[in-house]
Amino acid sequence: MIPTAKSSWLPSVAGSSVRRAGVALTAAVVIFAAIGPWLVANAPEQQFQEYVFAPPMRPRIIDASGTPRRPFVYPLRLVDRLERRYAEDRSQPMPVRLFQNGSLLSVDAGAPPWFLFGTDALGRDQLARLAWGARLSLGVAVVAALGALAIGTLAGGAAGFFGGTLDEALMRTADFVIALPALYVVLALRAAMPLVLSQSQVFWTMVVVLALVGWPFPARGVRAVIASERTREYAEAARALGASRTRLLLRHLLPAARGVLVAQSTLLLPAFVLAEATLSFVGLGFGEPVSSWGTMLRDAGGGRTIAEAPWLLAPAGAIVMAALAVNLLTAGDSAHAAAHPTR
Amino acid sequence: MRSGLLRFVVRRLLFAALLVFIVSSGSLLLVDAAPGDHFSSFDLDAATVAAERHRLGLDRPILVRYGTWLARAARFDFGESMKYRRPVAQLVLERAPKTALLGVVALALATLAGVPMGIFTGSRRNLIASAARMLSIVVVSVPSLVTSFGLLFIAARTGWLPVGGFASARDLIIPAIALALPIAATLERLQSEALSGALAEPSVRAALARGCSPRRAIWRHAFRLSLAPVLAIYGAIVGTVLSGSFAVEIVTSWPGLGALMYDALVSRDLFLVAGCAGAGAVFLAFGTLASDLALAVVDPRISEAAS
Repeated sequence: MIPTAKSSWLPSVAGSSVRRAGVALTAAVVIFAAIGPWLVANAPEQQFQEYVFAPPMRPRIIDASGTPRRPFVYPLRLVDRLERRYAEDRSQPMPVRLFQNGSLLSVDAGAPPWFLFGTDALGRDQLARLAWGARLSLGVAVVAALGALAIGTLAGGAAGFFGGTLDEALMRTADFVIALPALYVVLALRAAMPLVLSQSQVFWTMVVVLALVGWPFPARGVRAVIASERTREYAEAARALGASRTRLLLRHLLPAARGVLVAQSTLLLPAFVLAEATLSFVGLGFGEPVSSWGTMLRDAGGGRTIAEAPWLLAPAGAIVMAALAVNLLTAGDSAHAAAHPTR
Repeated sequence: MRSGLLRFVVRRLLFAALLVFIVSSGSLLLVDAAPGDHFSSFDLDAATVAAERHRLGLDRPILVRYGTWLARAARFDFGESMKYRRPVAQLVLERAPKTALLGVVALALATLAGVPMGIFTGSRRNLIASAARMLSIVVVSVPSLVTSFGLLFIAARTGWLPVGGFASARDLIIPAIALALPIAATLERLQSEALSGALAEPSVRAALARGCSPRRAIWRHAFRLSLAPVLAIYGAIVGTVLSGSFAVEIVTSWPGLGALMYDALVSRDLFLVAGCAGAGAVFLAFGTLASDLALAVVDPRISEAAS
């Protein structure tokens, strides 16, 4: 029988509670990236000079006198400019507003600013930068993964379908790319571009570079599936019924490789999120004033800054959340623990 | 069989040589092709720059430059670093062992933590085992870049550990743990799955049915079976170590190959980039070869198939 579209991974996803947690976390990360920027109160590049290295301001429901009230925040007051010490101004609680001024959670327009995740060295709202950064960081990873899967499907499909010399050549190339020191190649490829690029150039450079390094893994998986499926009865039957080669490949054989592609994307995505973070962190990715999770890590600086302002590690937490979401989704599937299952 | 293994090793060494050649040539040409060079970032007068570029041969056509570099590289002279004004070979030989040390210590830590944990979780179904399994999924998701930040934070807050550099053995602790943690979790997951798979094998079932104790079944029978898939992943893990050490070295200021590569890239130090990338390829090739050999020792069928 011809395998249908329904026989893929969806039914099994809802299986265990671990997977349900994965689905929930994935949804949260995706929603945060998709609509987060519209829900934060401050602009990501706005510098609040009176609030440099402001600590996170947590919402409260019990005020200083011990009486419970509706959610509110105490505004911060700069106590010592040199040591950057702040104190809560307990006399003027600011009520937290839901869906006002075009954002999910905010305080009244005239009130002092509220920084749920604190601010960085330039007084920029960490939460706003995290939300806007999610788009860039996850965007690069998703587009690059799609690119790698597309190249991998083409190469692997052709190799498995036609066999012979083409198969040999493509798979040798794939093996060769896998044997390369990946990060060093990514760095060298990036270094071939001018150091200073516009943000969209950076985006597409990273996408192309990551796709070029990542394609062999899906290619080998797809090749294996196509090479075995094309000798199966249903493929023979389709051929006997006069299906063209293109139709046979696109309609009958490639759908069988869907499982491989899904599995591969769950491996590529976290790796690419990390690659963006690493490149931007060392200054070869996105740069000022744009925020991505990698540039935010760069801004967090070294050990001493972090010790003083641990909230600057929020992008590290975001990277972990994104990776964890994907890993929980696939938890329990064998071989997913491995970094590169195709070896 | 012995000659088969030898041929296998020789072929892999030839492939490794080709790989090193292509990686270093490729990165040299790529960085060379990029607009600007090492001197464009300095505010020097034109005559000095011209003289220096002439001395390094940068004023000649790219193919001539590449040819010269290649001819010299064949005699193990990999050019001079523009930034450090020292031979590239010297710099790489100075830094690469530090990355190797970091990598080997991290791999050893990861193996010592991950494999026993995996044997435990793979052979048991209780609350502790599933908690350990869950912990691994979380740790797998925390890349070395993030771990090293976290450890630096703890070190800076508590003062228990030095916050980076390369002065004493204690400086190795943070980078090694940061590098080892995700690998340990990967090994744990893999060992766990391999062992539970092996325990379901008919041979092990038969041993249990014969009255063999569970402990003996695990250690004497199933563990052996589970060794092959675990060893097979080490080749890939060497790549993870190399990539991971790049970020870790920069965060923790560990003066290894990754940090040197970074320096070279940022200052467009052509020959140094080629040298570092080539050294990276050497590391990877030897790691994969070592893993394949270990695999061939555990499972002789593999080298027979390869020869």
